Amino acid sequence: MKKKTRTTITCTISYVSLVALLLVVLFPIIWMFLASLKTQAQIQSMDNLLIFKPTFDNYIAVFTGYDFLKPIINSSIIATASTLIGLIIGLPASYAIARFKQKKLSLTILVIRFFPGITFLIPWFIIFSRLGLIDTYLALTMSHLLINLPFIIWIMVPFFETIPREIEESARVDGCYTVTTFWKIILPLASPGIITAMLLSFVFSWNNFVFSMVLSGGRTKTLPLAIFNFVSYAQINWGALMAASVVITIPVLILAFLTQRYIISGLTAGAVKG
Amino acid sequence: MILGDSRDLVTGVAKPHSSLNSGESMRFNEWVEKHVRQIFTLPAIFFVIVMVAFPLVYNIVISFRDWNLSSYAEPSWIGLKNYSSLLSDARFWGAMWRTLAFSFSAVVIETILGFSIALFLNRDLRGKNLTKTIFLLPMVATPVAVGMIWLLIFEPTMGLANYLLKGLGIAPQLWLTTRKTVLPSLMIIDIWQWTPIIMLISLAGLAVLPKDPYESARIDGANSFQILNMVTIPQVLPTLLAGVLIRLIDALKTYDIIYATTQGGPGEASETLNILGYVLGFSYFKMGRSAALIVLFLVTVTAISLIVLFLKNRTDKKIEV
Repeated sequence: MKKKTRTTITCTISYVSLVALLLVVLFPIIWMFLASLKTQAQIQSMDNLLIFKPTFDNYIAVFTGYDFLKPIINSSIIATASTLIGLIIGLPASYAIARFKQKKLSLTILVIRFFPGITFLIPWFIIFSRLGLIDTYLALTMSHLLINLPFIIWIMVPFFETIPREIEESARVDGCYTVTTFWKIILPLASPGIITAMLLSFVFSWNNFVFSMVLSGGRTKTLPLAIFNFVSYAQINWGALMAASVVITIPVLILAFLTQRYIISGLTAGAVKG
Repeated sequence: MILGDSRDLVTGVAKPHSSLNSGESMRFNEWVEKHVRQIFTLPAIFFVIVMVAFPLVYNIVISFRDWNLSSYAEPSWIGLKNYSSLLSDARFWGAMWRTLAFSFSAVVIETILGFSIALFLNRDLRGKNLTKTIFLLPMVATPVAVGMIWLLIFEPTMGLANYLLKGLGIAPQLWLTTRKTVLPSLMIIDIWQWTPIIMLISLAGLAVLPKDPYESARIDGANSFQILNMVTIPQVLPTLLAGVLIRLIDALKTYDIIYATTQGGPGEASETLNILGYVLGFSYFKMGRSAALIVLFLVTVTAISLIVLFLKNRTDKKIEV
């Protein structure tokens, strides 16, 4: 009996601390949502932090006053393009690394994953300027590939390695070419890995700030840059800034909720294998 | 849907490729089959050469030049002068010191916190999956937006941070707006954002631990602290260190959060190597100097990674013995 009360107490303590922990993690995000529904005066007063009459004016302002639609479209185009091209280049390369033990290529890709993005800013800026490609979707897509391609390969190589060789060998006996086997058998089997790689590389590209700072301009301004530009106004319109932040994070948060298992395996891959 | 498709395809494999059996395409297919390794890797190699290798070499070339984009003067060759002047520049060393201090302090705290939380969660708790999902959110949320959220929280007159301090009876702080507290404030953001990755990696490492050592330790009468110290930590260490290495390199590269909230200020108080590199290149337009800084930055990151890798290999070996 005594032991039972003790376990109940430890159990309660566990759940209370768990909830407290989750609140700490979630609070900044909740705070963003709340502030996006407040007026500037409500944000500035500290009297009613949680209870207030919500307003959608900030969201309306974001789309009418600050022209946010264009950056949303730009970010979507660039993230989609760089993810698709990343998959087209990255999937065969990962398969080759997994099956034909292309050690040098895999090491190179791994190293690129760790380069600071700023490493390439100066040379890219000069090269793309000379080619007249500054402020084009092409330059931005190419630059985002630097993040997406190594990431896709990093996720997919271990994934392809887990697919049993027997499946391919039996296909080969049946007279299938490697390309056909890859396209018709391996890729469908690898679809959970491909989904992980696809979603995360879309997110990374959507979130990218530093490349857009240098390579984009008026025509191709991406969302993170558009949000950053809010701060340069003399007085920060906090409500609109938070509404803009909600607009940019919502798709990412929804993706995270829908596909959390894939994403966790993707983000922790590599480390756990040692 | 996807699973159904793949099954059909697997069973449909044995069908002969009737359309491909004519001479011309047959020869083409044989050729492709023979060179399939090269064909599969060529696009990736091409990308690496064009977008990585060539720019890297070009960056080194630029670093030997005096190249100011804001003047019409032709870039001139000045050898190692960019490097020597950087190495004797207090601003460079300040940035170097801040980069190291920021990264190491943040990662140490993240490791301790993340590992402790993982130990706490490593049991049958209801809502564990939801917890993991919630922990994902700071990591995947757009960094610039995260910066903006914290800019509001840290706002000295209307921010939540000072409101909470007031509730605890502590004097309000200036957070991101003063030299003394700007780096610790940025660390708080980094810790909020990245403790989850250490937590998730540790949790994944803990999940694959074998059960036997625990049972024998318990039979030997070890208490839970001894079990943690002698059984759990040594076994998770390789995984944890791999996570720490990844995190450390990413922390050295931190850019978005700092630039979005302080742009390296106030003054130069939060100017890391990354930020200084950007400022030199794109605010002062000193291409050569910025390129030289980037080379030195890369050397630093590589050296630190090698040291951590060396330490990791040594612990790996110890565990095998």
